[in-house]
Amino acid sequence: MRTIHRHLLSALGCLAGVAFMAASQLGSGGDSVNSARGPAPNLTRPASAEKAPDADGFIQRWLVLEPIPIQIRSNAQLNDGFVQTTIKTEYFPGQYTAIPHDGDRVTVNGNELMWHAIDTSVYHVNLYHFACALNKPTFNILFWAVTVINCSEEMQGVRLAVGSNAASIWWINGKEVIGIYGDRHMVIDDGVSKRLSLKKGTNIVRCAVINSPGVSDMCARFLDTEDKPVKRFTVKLGDVPR
Amino acid sequence: MRFRYLAAIVLALVSAAFALDGQIGIHDPSTIIQCDGKYYAFGTGGGGLISNDGWTWNRGASRPGGGVAPDVIHIGDRYYLYYATSSRQPQADVHMIWNKTLDPNSSNFKWEEGGIVASSDGVEDCNAIDPAVFLDPITGKLWLTYGSYFGYIRLVQLDPKTGKRVIPIDKPVDIAINCEASDMIYHDGWYYLLATHGSCCRGTDSGYNIRVGRSRRVTGPFLDNMGIDMIKGGGKLFVGSGGRVVGPGHFGLLDLGDGVQKFSCHYEADLDRGGASVLDIRPLLWKDGWPMAGENVREGTYEIESVRTGTALELAVQGVPVGGSRGGGAAGGRGSMPIGPGGGAVGGGAPGGRGGMFSGVGGVIPPQDVAQVSQNWPLVNIDLRLSNYMVQAQQKWTIAPVANAGGYPGSPYFKITIAGTDRALAATDDAELVAVPAFTGAPEQLWRIEQLSDGTWRIMPKAVPNSKESLALSAVGSSFATLAKFDPKSDRQRWNVKMP
Repeated sequence: MRTIHRHLLSALGCLAGVAFMAASQLGSGGDSVNSARGPAPNLTRPASAEKAPDADGFIQRWLVLEPIPIQIRSNAQLNDGFVQTTIKTEYFPGQYTAIPHDGDRVTVNGNELMWHAIDTSVYHVNLYHFACALNKPTFNILFWAVTVINCSEEMQGVRLAVGSNAASIWWINGKEVIGIYGDRHMVIDDGVSKRLSLKKGTNIVRCAVINSPGVSDMCARFLDTEDKPVKRFTVKLGDVPR
Repeated sequence: MRFRYLAAIVLALVSAAFALDGQIGIHDPSTIIQCDGKYYAFGTGGGGLISNDGWTWNRGASRPGGGVAPDVIHIGDRYYLYYATSSRQPQADVHMIWNKTLDPNSSNFKWEEGGIVASSDGVEDCNAIDPAVFLDPITGKLWLTYGSYFGYIRLVQLDPKTGKRVIPIDKPVDIAINCEASDMIYHDGWYYLLATHGSCCRGTDSGYNIRVGRSRRVTGPFLDNMGIDMIKGGGKLFVGSGGRVVGPGHFGLLDLGDGVQKFSCHYEADLDRGGASVLDIRPLLWKDGWPMAGENVREGTYEIESVRTGTALELAVQGVPVGGSRGGGAAGGRGSMPIGPGGGAVGGGAPGGRGGMFSGVGGVIPPQDVAQVSQNWPLVNIDLRLSNYMVQAQQKWTIAPVANAGGYPGSPYFKITIAGTDRALAATDDAELVAVPAFTGAPEQLWRIEQLSDGTWRIMPKAVPNSKESLALSAVGSSFATLAKFDPKSDRQRWNVKMP
């Protein structure tokens, strides 16, 4: 977006008046921030035990941590080195390995941040709306997101296909599989990993998305050996015990 | 297939293309529009550029309102102009103003306020800037697209009689995401949505590029060539950075008629202008139903080949085979037996062996020395014809821009001379062709060379003496060329401009 827009958005922060709906049927049901404003567009608390991907294979259920403020002047800084260094700073213990649950809290730089279980009704997770709903910062931030996918069988030779605004790094079962850098806008299948295997049973997908001003956003799906979306899995966030 | 020659043309880009001339600094230019014989482009911040010929531009276009990224259209006796303002993005408004003329010196020049036609409230998934207006040639309906990187590109319907919303509270249609500077065009049964992706406003660090999707319906969905919806970030690349320019954005269609289409854009950074944001105009090509960005012709030496006949434009002089003549002999033309060292014919032998009609002369045959072969050319005007191309000197043409001679949208006028000489192609007063001994700069020696939508070229003299007709270089028969009225359906006025 042009400079004039970028400056104005930086100055204003969250303008969108949104909030999560209070209902939750998962885990301990972490508190959501209610405001007098309406719900986040396309984001709701999960209302079912498990969720299949959408018709195009996009993962629609995630645990998202409230945004971590970072030091960044503009998205022009989002080169490989900056993104790797910033994301791989340790913000909280177990940030690459812990499987959070809805309502869990971590402390980052003296601030308590909470994990929220969310469903998106579209193919992507609009992190800007997520942050706005909680009256959290929407620019110069880092989001962590985790999901737990359950495969009925082992799948080999699949690829993780992601998009994000702006840069992001992704892990499957603890292994870094793809990073996309630069001031990019989210498009589907923007970054595609090398071939990997998904285990029968539980697999952990983790990502970190970093942005300066703008609409932070992300999407992810798996593609099979013929570049077709993989849909033979479900997401069950409550599956992995604390 | 004509497009195989496009690669040859691309390979011929041995020197820089020409940026437009004059004062061309602008950001987020509107569609270029004509009014009373002049071209206008409006930009962010107010004001804009005016040109008499589409090549040399000057500041001087005038509009009120400031704001960003205007677009303009001429319907009936009105010019409707749309631009966006915001005090607090992503809250923004698209305004409409209209005028009877764009000429600020006209007594009829007076902008009238038309009101707000679209908005974003700062909460919804849209930032209502970068408006673009589209008149559907099939239905006569008028449409506005708008939006930027915050959320969606949206579409609403306008009334062509007023320029305002047909139904002000009508719900906009979301047609793309994560792009800006949208524009819609129609071609051959499809609606094309062009939009700019990538980062803006960073000069040489801008990733701006223009992408396209298409739909059978104006309301979408707009899919790229791989079937990805622009709502999901799809879009086939139309044009990106290259050469000495970085970050093209803000597509606008300039249809010159007769099948000649161009597009305008700005570059975030013109490296030859200190990285300034500038206007450009380039050919619009079509291939397999998709628009492609063409290139304006560049200075260089070329073969000019008729698409119709497959033969090359040349001076009507006795040609000399490159590398010298082969001996006289059997029917078949210029001798089929090579001349050996002693002057006698050499008998046939195996290819690659010493001697023999297929064995070559050994070593590399250099290009013809035009100074040598032209010694026998007459010193007066020489006629032109078409002939099989044989890499000979009288068949190679140097195309070079002529300074201070004006131009046409996207390019200056060029002189076309036999490479290494001053013999210049010219139009005669009976609409034929001649090569004059020396270039003088007369209008009939200046040429407009434009890429057509299939990648071939139209070549037209700036003027034909004693004629007001607009004519183009045309093949006639198999072996001759003349000047004739341009017929977009004919091959006769199409040329390949190829590496020599």
